[in-house]
Amino acid sequence: MLRDITLGQYYQADSVIHKLDPRVKLIATITFIISLFIVQNIAGYLIAAAFLTCVIKLSRVPFRFMVKGMRAIVFLLLITVVFNLFLTPGETLISVWKLTITKEGLRTAVFMAIRLTFLIIGSSVMTLTTTPNNLTDGMEKLMAPLKIFRVPVHEVAMMMSIALRFIPVLLEETDKIMKAQIARGADFESGNLMKKAKSLVPLLVPLFISAFRRANDLAMAMEARCYRGGENRTKMKPLQYKKRDGLAYLTLVCYLSVCIGANMLIRLPF
Amino acid sequence: MGIIKTEKLVFEYIRRDEEGNVEGITRAVDEVDLDVKQGDFVAILGHNGSGKSTLAKHINAILYPTEGTVWVDGMDTAKEQNLWEVRQSAGMVFQNPDNQIIGQVVEEDVGFGPENMGVPTAEIWERVEESLKAVGMYEYRKHSPNKLSGGQKQRVSIAGVIAMHPKCIILDEPTAMLDPNGRKEVVRAVRALNAAEGITVVLITHYMEEIIHADKVFVMDKGKVAMQGTPREIFSHVEQLQELRLDVPQVTLLAYELQKSGINMPDGILTIEEFVQSISNCGIRMSAKADR
Repeated sequence: MLRDITLGQYYQADSVIHKLDPRVKLIATITFIISLFIVQNIAGYLIAAAFLTCVIKLSRVPFRFMVKGMRAIVFLLLITVVFNLFLTPGETLISVWKLTITKEGLRTAVFMAIRLTFLIIGSSVMTLTTTPNNLTDGMEKLMAPLKIFRVPVHEVAMMMSIALRFIPVLLEETDKIMKAQIARGADFESGNLMKKAKSLVPLLVPLFISAFRRANDLAMAMEARCYRGGENRTKMKPLQYKKRDGLAYLTLVCYLSVCIGANMLIRLPF
Repeated sequence: MGIIKTEKLVFEYIRRDEEGNVEGITRAVDEVDLDVKQGDFVAILGHNGSGKSTLAKHINAILYPTEGTVWVDGMDTAKEQNLWEVRQSAGMVFQNPDNQIIGQVVEEDVGFGPENMGVPTAEIWERVEESLKAVGMYEYRKHSPNKLSGGQKQRVSIAGVIAMHPKCIILDEPTAMLDPNGRKEVVRAVRALNAAEGITVVLITHYMEEIIHADKVFVMDKGKVAMQGTPREIFSHVEQLQELRLDVPQVTLLAYELQKSGINMPDGILTIEEFVQSISNCGIRMSAKADR
């Protein structure tokens, strides 16, 4: 049962967005998020919505997959909306009992909701269209300048990709240990939350021990294959910008300038 | 000098208690002299704790000798400046197939070694292709290693080592965690490499069937080389092998028992065909296909 968990949420499809360099996608996501906080009026949000819709259409990922990510933040979204709605001072719109809704409050609440929704959908477009492996590669490349400040960029990326590789292995192992303990009368199902959590302790101890043993073996195997950190290392699949990546950057710049322009030029009542 | 040579190799494990005081010293490898010729298929046998894995780790410069010297391709493994070249010339395959695959895709894992060596991208792809083909795993190149069987995983590990173009490979009990089919697969792949590519193979194992085709066999016990010779020479000493707690193949054992009870059989029979041949020479008729 544990084996069914898939990691990340990559959705296999053949689209332009899938083929883009991971660096482009990372930068685009960050730019999109920044743009959401730059724009202050409805025109800006319409532009952002149009941009997002185009990207989603291009990615060929069914829209329901994007919405899936929303479920996790519904609660957060609700709290943000409620607090903004009732606690922003300003011109009173409706007043019931001790609660007052102000015009400014309504405006911030709606904009906050739109911002968060777009933010989540925007970043899930990235994770849905990029394999975890590709993503780590992209991050390694993008953060390379940090090496000057002695940030171990290559090592971090290597750790991430090894972690990804071992998640299914460790899940399988958990499953095995669980079954072995169930066979000897362990009970993981009944009891309240506290009891359930406690019953996991005898599961975690052997799992940790085996994980450390694996780490030790793997380190030896890596050394035996001449691994010595990131220096002088070549790449089997190096990241290379193609024409479409240039175009994507160009589109991104256009989008950002339109956003800023709309924000400065268009004056709307809300 | 051969491709691998050890001279009076000694390795001691120092056991310490919790405060770091020396509790005792275990000699895992004790004055071993080894000389392996280029292109040979050498098997090292021994039961658990005989020091065979410790010996293997010296050839790949994972462990350094306490006393004595190890040379790989003429390079002293204890010298710091030789480290990476030694590891490149002597590739190593380990026991647990899960704990030595680094990549998330088969081809990426095979490319890991060449990447570390700084091989240019185009050449990495060539090497990956040729090594996956050599072990018969080319059609699985896009698969996730998690979905492969144990034997397939070990063959990927072997391909990962071959992609570094080593002069010899050391396989440290590569079949210990596999089922009989996986074991056959791996041994077949290793033999093919030895025959076709001329790569020197050092196979460490405790399965007797796997050493039948070796050019030379070393039997280790308590850190020392207890016996050495061709498989036939080794298998003709059934009693000594049993003393060393090694399982002699059933057919060899049967021939030995027959010989003891007075039937004229030659020493060190290794395969069923050979057995049938010699027993019919004795005037007893048998069919190779035993009735079941």
